[in-house]
Amino acid sequence: MAADEPAIEVVDVHRTFDVRRRAGRLRRTRQVVRAVDGLSFDVARGEMVGLLGPNGAGKSTTVKMLTGILVPTSGALRVVGLDPAAARTRLARRIGVVFGQRSGLWWDLPLRDSFALLRRIYDVSADRHAAALAEFVELLELGELMDIPVRALSLGQRMRGEIAAALLHEPELLYLDEPTIGLDVVSKGRLRDFLRTINVERGTTVVLTTHDLGDVERLCRRVLVVDHGRLVFDGSLDALRRLDGTTRTVVVDLATSSPQVEVAGAVVTRVDGPRQWLSLPSGASAAPVVAQLAAAYDVVDLAIQEPAIEDVVARLYQRG
Amino acid sequence: MTALVRSWQAYRAISGAWVRAAMAYRASFVALALGQVLTSGPDFIAIVLMFASIDTLGGFGLGEIALLYGLTGLGLGIADLVAGSTEQLGRRVRDGSLDTMLVQPVPALVQVAADQFALRRIGRISQATVVLGWALLHVDIDWNLTRVALLVTTIGSGAVIYLSIYVLGAAFQFVAGDAAEVQNAFTYGGVTLTQYPLTIYPVEVVRAVTFLLPLAFVNWYPALHLLGRDDPLGLPGWVQAASPLAALALAAVAGVAWRGGVRRYRSTGS
Repeated sequence: MAADEPAIEVVDVHRTFDVRRRAGRLRRTRQVVRAVDGLSFDVARGEMVGLLGPNGAGKSTTVKMLTGILVPTSGALRVVGLDPAAARTRLARRIGVVFGQRSGLWWDLPLRDSFALLRRIYDVSADRHAAALAEFVELLELGELMDIPVRALSLGQRMRGEIAAALLHEPELLYLDEPTIGLDVVSKGRLRDFLRTINVERGTTVVLTTHDLGDVERLCRRVLVVDHGRLVFDGSLDALRRLDGTTRTVVVDLATSSPQVEVAGAVVTRVDGPRQWLSLPSGASAAPVVAQLAAAYDVVDLAIQEPAIEDVVARLYQRG
Repeated sequence: MTALVRSWQAYRAISGAWVRAAMAYRASFVALALGQVLTSGPDFIAIVLMFASIDTLGGFGLGEIALLYGLTGLGLGIADLVAGSTEQLGRRVRDGSLDTMLVQPVPALVQVAADQFALRRIGRISQATVVLGWALLHVDIDWNLTRVALLVTTIGSGAVIYLSIYVLGAAFQFVAGDAAEVQNAFTYGGVTLTQYPLTIYPVEVVRAVTFLLPLAFVNWYPALHLLGRDDPLGLPGWVQAASPLAALALAAVAGVAWRGGVRRYRSTGS
């Protein structure tokens, strides 16, 4: 395939589900739920993209369609140049999938055996498998865990195993569904470092769905926000922060407790002794505000807070 | 063809891993396999005890019934060993583990069948083999090459017929959620039905297991030929050699049903 062809192309994809509900003793009503409702986006090769959205927004449905598990109701999908639903098994050799809540490993087998099995399932040559395994064992620090049955691993250890399992056949594209869910801070950090490494060094395209905005902030330059099955935002994290209606905050420490400061272009939202919080639109520059403060008041310290990404996303969901 | 070879390799790899895992606890493996022999053993003993007070059942003697019993038991035993894990399909749909199989480059049916492969199921095969061996020593069969070939193909066809029932049952679980019990009704129920001579049942039952669900081809028709008995339904003689045909036909139906089930799953998402 051409190198400049996108890793993922999604054009006006819809996916509806028939949901049957009991209504009365025997009667059942049918209801059509639009899980994905006209979704379009591209992901270039080598990108690392965060797919965000509240529960039931259509993220999992989208990932299932991108892996070929689910057939779309209408619209066109291409993943590494293949139609996922039609070429599911061929696509399987070229993508890796980690479902956060379900294991791709064999519960009762040691990691070593799971990895050996995956070599047979993906039909990878012994040499290539050994080389890839050596690399992932080192990067993910799996050496000590290789002979332990998966069920006896901690969540963080297991997740490292899952990710190695999804990458052993050296896929071009990796989907991660909630990869850091339930992990402690140290494990999260390690996992993020690893994902960045494989993205940069191997050029693996990574799509991750997550509720953890920390993952997105540290990993993804580009964010797709889905709500009610539609794309409500596609752009950089910075652009997401600068969306209308969000605010930046200037926190200023004065020498003494004072009444509310008065500055053009910003509004005081809180006063606590000598410390005051000023709010300004996120599109505006903080420089004039800082300059006015420094000129008119006795400023001891000053900090600028970007809008919390959680707040921005929550606002997006409300709008959608 | 290569797809078939690859599927077989994957099946061997996955089931082999499960065997190695089970062998890590050798004592428990032996206990479980013996347990299977012991749980499948008594129903034949019950038949033997019954023959303390009767000489024939439905016109058949103990040795002849042992032949029927051994053939059907062996067919189910082999199918259960190969594909007994397909009973888990309903759970796999519910907990989503089927999804992880659908994103691997091996047919989902192969993975579902091979996963949790339990070698202890040879317990049933051993028990049926012993009964079949005993039967062959105690019945009067005029052996020739054709009859030996018939015996061998009957065992193979029986296994394929039961395998197809496992696959049909699994396909049904796509529609009916956890319907492993329905599957059991036809597999274990089928064994219980066919371990007796079909002459003891109403003719409608015999017709049903001939034309609807071809369980009679697991043992009944070939056994009639081996034993030189008349067919109570009066079907043409070739029917007694038609087990492989019945097996292939049912396997084709099962294959279509499984594909339909997977398609339904992939289009409904549940």
